Amino acid sequence: MSDDTIDLKLFVWRQEGPDAPGDFQDYSKYAKGVSTHASFLEMLDLVNERMSADGERPIVFDHDCREGICGCCGAVINGIPHGPQKQTTTCQLHMRQFENGAEIYVEPFRAGAFPIVKDLMVDRSSFDDIIQAGGFISVRTGSAPDANEIPIPKESADASMDAATCIGCGACVAACPNASASLFTAAKLAHLNMLPQGQAERYKRTRLMIQAHDDAGFGGCTNHRECEAACPKGISTDFIARANRDLLVATVTGKDGRLV
Amino acid sequence: MTLKSNAPTGDIEKRWDKHRFDMKLVNPANKRKFDVIVVGTGLAGASAAATMAELGYNIKAFCYQDSPRRAHSIAAQGGINAAKNYQNDGDSVYRLFYDTVKGGDFRSRESNVYRLAQVSVNIIDQAVAQGVPFAREYGGLLANRSFGGAQVSRTFYAKGQTGQQLLLGAYSALSKMIAAGKVEMYTRHEMLELIVEDGRARGIVVRDLNTGKLEAHTADAVCLCTGGYGNVFYLSTNAKGCNVTASWRAHKQGAYFANPCYTQIHPTCIPPSGDYQSKLTLMSESLRNDGRVWVPKDPKDATKDPTSISEKDRDYYLERRYPAFGNLVPRDIASRAAKKACDDGFGVGPMVGGKRTGVYLDFADAIKRESKERILEKYGNLFEMYERITGDDPCETPMRIYPASHYTMGGLWVDYNLMSNVDGLFVLGEANFSDHGANRLGASALMQGLSDGYFVISYSMGNYLARVGKNDIKADSSAAKGAVKAVEKRISDLIEIGQKGSTHPDEFHRKLGTLMYDYCGMSRNADGLKKALEEIPTLREQFWDDVQILGSGTELNMMLEKAGRVADFLELAELMCHDALDRDESCGAHFREEHVREDGEAKRNDEDYTYVAAWEHSGDHANPKLHKESLEFEYVKLSQRSYK
Ligand SMILES: Cc1cc2nc3c(=O)[nH]c(=O)nc-3n(C[C@H](O)[C@H](O)[C@H](O)COP(=O)(O)OP(=O)(O)OC[C@H]3O[C@@H](n4cnc5c(N)ncnc54)[C@H](O)[C@@H]3O)c2cc1C
Ligand code: FES
Repeated sequence: MSDDTIDLKLFVWRQEGPDAPGDFQDYSKYAKGVSTHASFLEMLDLVNERMSADGERPIVFDHDCREGICGCCGAVINGIPHGPQKQTTTCQLHMRQFENGAEIYVEPFRAGAFPIVKDLMVDRSSFDDIIQAGGFISVRTGSAPDANEIPIPKESADASMDAATCIGCGACVAACPNASASLFTAAKLAHLNMLPQGQAERYKRTRLMIQAHDDAGFGGCTNHRECEAACPKGISTDFIARANRDLLVATVTGKDGRLV
Repeated sequence: MTLKSNAPTGDIEKRWDKHRFDMKLVNPANKRKFDVIVVGTGLAGASAAATMAELGYNIKAFCYQDSPRRAHSIAAQGGINAAKNYQNDGDSVYRLFYDTVKGGDFRSRESNVYRLAQVSVNIIDQAVAQGVPFAREYGGLLANRSFGGAQVSRTFYAKGQTGQQLLLGAYSALSKMIAAGKVEMYTRHEMLELIVEDGRARGIVVRDLNTGKLEAHTADAVCLCTGGYGNVFYLSTNAKGCNVTASWRAHKQGAYFANPCYTQIHPTCIPPSGDYQSKLTLMSESLRNDGRVWVPKDPKDATKDPTSISEKDRDYYLERRYPAFGNLVPRDIASRAAKKACDDGFGVGPMVGGKRTGVYLDFADAIKRESKERILEKYGNLFEMYERITGDDPCETPMRIYPASHYTMGGLWVDYNLMSNVDGLFVLGEANFSDHGANRLGASALMQGLSDGYFVISYSMGNYLARVGKNDIKADSSAAKGAVKAVEKRISDLIEIGQKGSTHPDEFHRKLGTLMYDYCGMSRNADGLKKALEEIPTLREQFWDDVQILGSGTELNMMLEKAGRVADFLELAELMCHDALDRDESCGAHFREEHVREDGEAKRNDEDYTYVAAWEHSGDHANPKLHKESLEFEYVKLSQRSYK
């Protein structure tokens, strides 16, 4: 491991609040001598510390775990949500992915349903609204049968886990030309709909969550599959097809609990 | 005040049942008259809020992230223990109880630990019913693995993302109750004060992090589920936002802080690579099943390509010192051994702060024995994560690891009902001190958080509310207004200093972290602790003189948030050192260099220290006051741990 450092040409989107105008600011003078072993957010930390030493208000960005699991972080880096490295969140992206002298543009995830809070931070509470519409299995605490009562084929459990691995970061929305949250919604649906425990509410859940998705102002899916490419967890768009199938069954057969 | 644990007596197997029967109930129609505040939506908070809402209480829940699902519990990797004995390998509630008491080095309450082991089985049932996709065998039944030195396979897991999946389960239950109108959810709100009147917790003061607005919220009871304080060390495996503020504010309002010096340092983390390092990443402990830990015998080899160092020039120090357990010794022992190797000058990797802080964890033999494919099948995602962070492939060159602050066994003191010494203030999850004694076993924190939230608080809350009745305090009462004023003052003080100050809050935090690792970390001694007790107040004074904060208190201001948290860590750190100094013995993760057995291991002093140290705040510049809750061991006989 070497002690390489690089100088960057860094441009960051600054915006005071949801309705304020915003623009890119050139912070290249603060982005010199960055260690290639630092993470992208550690690079921003460094820039922030240097800026505040100059009395400039630091860049606001969301982050918490810095391990790629909480889904807090996220910025569009040179046009790509979470940046150039495949299946990697912004916090897990490391500076060795960039050349010395690289030009880097950092801006927030953009979508009508994700209003900008400040600088790179956006409001993703519409994701919580989608879950509240039906992203659960109704089981009161204490009312569960023994965990091994219903055997679940390993394949189903694994497939459900593949969907459940979504971290809710919103990169899929930022990547989609329609600002659709179909991948997020479909992954959440698949997680529960593929398990025996999830069957009782399957069709109702599907209808309600997709309804909440549309109500939140997210666009529809027109199969660009940019979401899959941007997803830091590599979630497959096959889940969207599944969700659409379930929605069709729900509406045609009335299995979603509404009488046809 | 004498500390009453309120733990039931009698046959340990029947204690919880008997206690549940003895507790008062609130009649179903009356539950909706009571309001309960839950601060924190990790495993403990989300499960508590959802469960109490299902019962009919009106809940207000708070977290500082933008969604309840992002609490730090999401990051837990390895798994959750439960005494299901699905593997038929000799596990039982009693064995889990026994292992936990022994693992905690006889510094926990037997009654609590037994209850934890008992309800562990219900947790798995609940999680599966919610749709948590635990790993399964081909027959469709749940799979288990052994974890953290346990001799039975009782750990349930969902790939390396068990915390994520359990939290998503609890969050889904919480979401359902939010939709049902029974939980009002306040995201991006930080609790900055506890409202206490007539000795009873009546509410909290929060700051809306997006606008800076302060609000008082009142209720009939308050539950703190705000996680651990491992970030006092600056570099830790915790999320960046993890803090002690909620607990510390409550402490300053009268709640006792128990065993603050019991902090766990996890042996397998990726070492710091430079001064810019902002956190350390945990590499699952399961790696020690196949990896061999070593350092070069000759410090001059520290910078050599490790694969070129011959077998005879390597010191496999864990295998050498602990032939029976080898690389699988418990966390505290593995951590101390790594620190010793590096302190003695045998560390590897880059120089950070004048030292090489890393040891090798080598998979070459495992790959030779089992094949690369098989090893990647087991650890592929961890290897990828390691490579992403360090740029090195662990199949080609050994990993470098070093211990990091990971978990805090200490926390606010609670009785058997999870209530602190302040009436109506309950503390759940990592924020309380209750079940792990001086050392926590792997995969037991998730179990404890969910046990507290799903299965204990629902009973003890009813019992409390039935006893005390409705709280009549309102948000515009003088106690609430006074609390808001106090927070306003604190923020304006910080802003005033901050406008002139020149040192970034992170800089103070880094300095505090170094101090704590040096004097109150993996090993401690009286001289070092006394030194820390001199240096911390000095650092604190510098902070209150020169911390830099740009911007105002009435807007989104991350420097202000950070400064507020660091201010509280600076006070907590001092209490930790007091506690570590007072506990003049070694036990579990608390290793006092003066108290070492002949074989080099921790030497307990049961005669003088079989107690919980619960500290009372007695003013900003006064020494804290110690209260002792003595511990009795009726079932697990006091004995020295041995992993030789
Ligand atoms: C990397 C890592 C891996 C781990 N792996 C395992 C494992 O495999 N098995 C295991 O058993 N344990 C593991 N642990 C430990 C375990 O994850 C934690 O102990 C547990 O999740 C803590 O849960 P909690 O609900 O108490 O707190 P958290 O999950 O930390 O939640 C705290 C909550 O409080 C809120 N909060 C905090 N302060 C405030 C405030 N002032 N105002 C408002 N809200 C506030 C936060 O927003 C959050 O919602 C691991 C820990 C780490 C760090
Ligand atoms: S900070 Fe948690 S995923 Fe990046």
